[in-house]
Amino acid sequence: MDWPALALSLRLGIFTVLLLFPIGIAAARALAWRRFRGKGLAEALITLPLVLPPTVLGFYLLVAFGGNSPLGHAFEALFGHTLVFSFSGLLVASVIVNLPFAIQPMQRAFEAIPADVREAAACSGMTPLEVLMRIELPLAWPGIVTGMALTFAHTLGEFGVVLMVGGSIPGETRTLAIAIYDRVQDFDNGAAATMSALLLAISLFALAITYVLSGRIGRRHG
Amino acid sequence: MADKGLHVRLNQQRPIPLDAVLDCGPGEMLALVGPSGAGKSTVLRCIAGLHSPQGGRITCNGAVWYDGAGGVNFPAWRRSAGMVFQSYALFPHMTAEGNVKAALGHLPAPERSARAQALLRQVNLSGLERRYPAELSGGQQQRVAVARALAREPAVLLLDEPFSAVDRSTRQKLYRELAELRKELRIPVLLVTHDLDEAALLADRLCLLHHGRTLQSGTPQEVMTRPASVEAARLVDVRNIFTGRIAGHDSARRVTILEWNRYRLETPYQPRIAAGTSVAWAIPTANVLLHRRDRPSRGEQENPVAGRVSEFVVLGDSASVAVDVEGIADTPLFMTIALHAAQRNRIAIGEQVHVSLLAEAIYIMPGEVSGGAPDTAASGTEGKNEEDDAGPAG
Repeated sequence: MDWPALALSLRLGIFTVLLLFPIGIAAARALAWRRFRGKGLAEALITLPLVLPPTVLGFYLLVAFGGNSPLGHAFEALFGHTLVFSFSGLLVASVIVNLPFAIQPMQRAFEAIPADVREAAACSGMTPLEVLMRIELPLAWPGIVTGMALTFAHTLGEFGVVLMVGGSIPGETRTLAIAIYDRVQDFDNGAAATMSALLLAISLFALAITYVLSGRIGRRHG
Repeated sequence: MADKGLHVRLNQQRPIPLDAVLDCGPGEMLALVGPSGAGKSTVLRCIAGLHSPQGGRITCNGAVWYDGAGGVNFPAWRRSAGMVFQSYALFPHMTAEGNVKAALGHLPAPERSARAQALLRQVNLSGLERRYPAELSGGQQQRVAVARALAREPAVLLLDEPFSAVDRSTRQKLYRELAELRKELRIPVLLVTHDLDEAALLADRLCLLHHGRTLQSGTPQEVMTRPASVEAARLVDVRNIFTGRIAGHDSARRVTILEWNRYRLETPYQPRIAAGTSVAWAIPTANVLLHRRDRPSRGEQENPVAGRVSEFVVLGDSASVAVDVEGIADTPLFMTIALHAAQRNRIAIGEQVHVSLLAEAIYIMPGEVSGGAPDTAASGTEGKNEEDDAGPAG
């Protein structure tokens, strides 16, 4: 059992969820309710990680994060180390890869809130922030929890992009999924089996939470 | 403040054209009436702050809520407007009491429960405070919506087709409740409806809206019996609208002679309309009298007209009869008569009938009719219709 790899995977999953929570809500609300130029393109870009081979995505991220790119250069100037082959780079990549997993369920949830319910909230004297906190989030939370759980489970399982952007540096970028691959390469099938079972259990648990929670809210308020 | 009440002027070209002017005093209920798509809800949404028009001005009790020229546009939550939505738009995750409390943000938290309960009591919902919207009937949901709209102590109450989603018997009950509730309100109340009868029943004044334009405002009686234009007449379901020409005035007999094809009709004296003017005129269906076959009477001297029955529809105790008047093509004259009278006079399609147009009931609409031959009717066969259709019936 590669405990540092498990710790790293959990850390990556938690940070990705924390970052995608506000980003996802903001993006999902905009996509659900606003009409703007280039909306179709924006939705296509967000969905792209679902269909693109992880290696292709990883390759572009590698190029974008590299010391020769403006982004990589700026990051290095600010933080003193490169984005590639670091936990920070892994986190940025993870956020991008998980955009569709987080945003799509949230967007569906926000879309399901009738426009007149939000308008009624404004007509009841609630400020936009109060409308968000008291009406929108309570009504959309099954979608938000679903998005977060999918993000977490998917982050633990992500392989291709992590390998391309992070490599397999123990304690820095070697996640559980990479560690399993490494063990299999070393003919250590026993360790691979343990870690695979653990990953399976965590993923199943995260998804089960999603379905239980969204099922419950549906029953209570029809 | 001298500027009490609600004053609204709206102008815009897109997305739907608006050219609306309306005023509603404290304690008054103004019904905004028009066909579907006339812009009624848009006007209401402009007042609530849910839609920004391109120009105009909205003031309430002297406070400017919107001023296109001055760049003032308060968001909905800063306007003191209570709104009841067509679908009620209750917050599904809150109880009835929670819904009302949500609009009590202006009160200190400890006072909200008591106030919410008092409001629910006012709309006859005591005992249902803990129910969620999904557990309430349509009528009960509407009452919660009304209580919530009143909770913020609004300066104006806006009702957007509040009775359209409930069944007939519930609607009658809610009408009575609203009439009761109104006695306690000292604010302008705006009711949007496409139902003219509902508007006439509940409102102090009507405002007719068509294609985003306010055509006429007045008491229900005024608007329905004295439409200001052909358009207004169509909206209030006047079926007999024709065009004619003023032939002259008889000052001695105090009548104005209206030429309608080969008929010369006596109408109420209106000397300010010059002879030769083409006008639109109307007569209520109840004021077209059928001559009895068996016993002709003296009343037959009054604007007698002959024709053939082209349509005969029984509606309960009365009958709607369309008569193709001799010399007037394509535009029947409608009359409503008691069913027994129709039977006694053996009214049937194709039968020849003689009728009188009661002179006092002939109403000449202000404004000259431009173009068109004087004897073509402005409208004839159009019944009560929901769709916008400004074109003459063919």
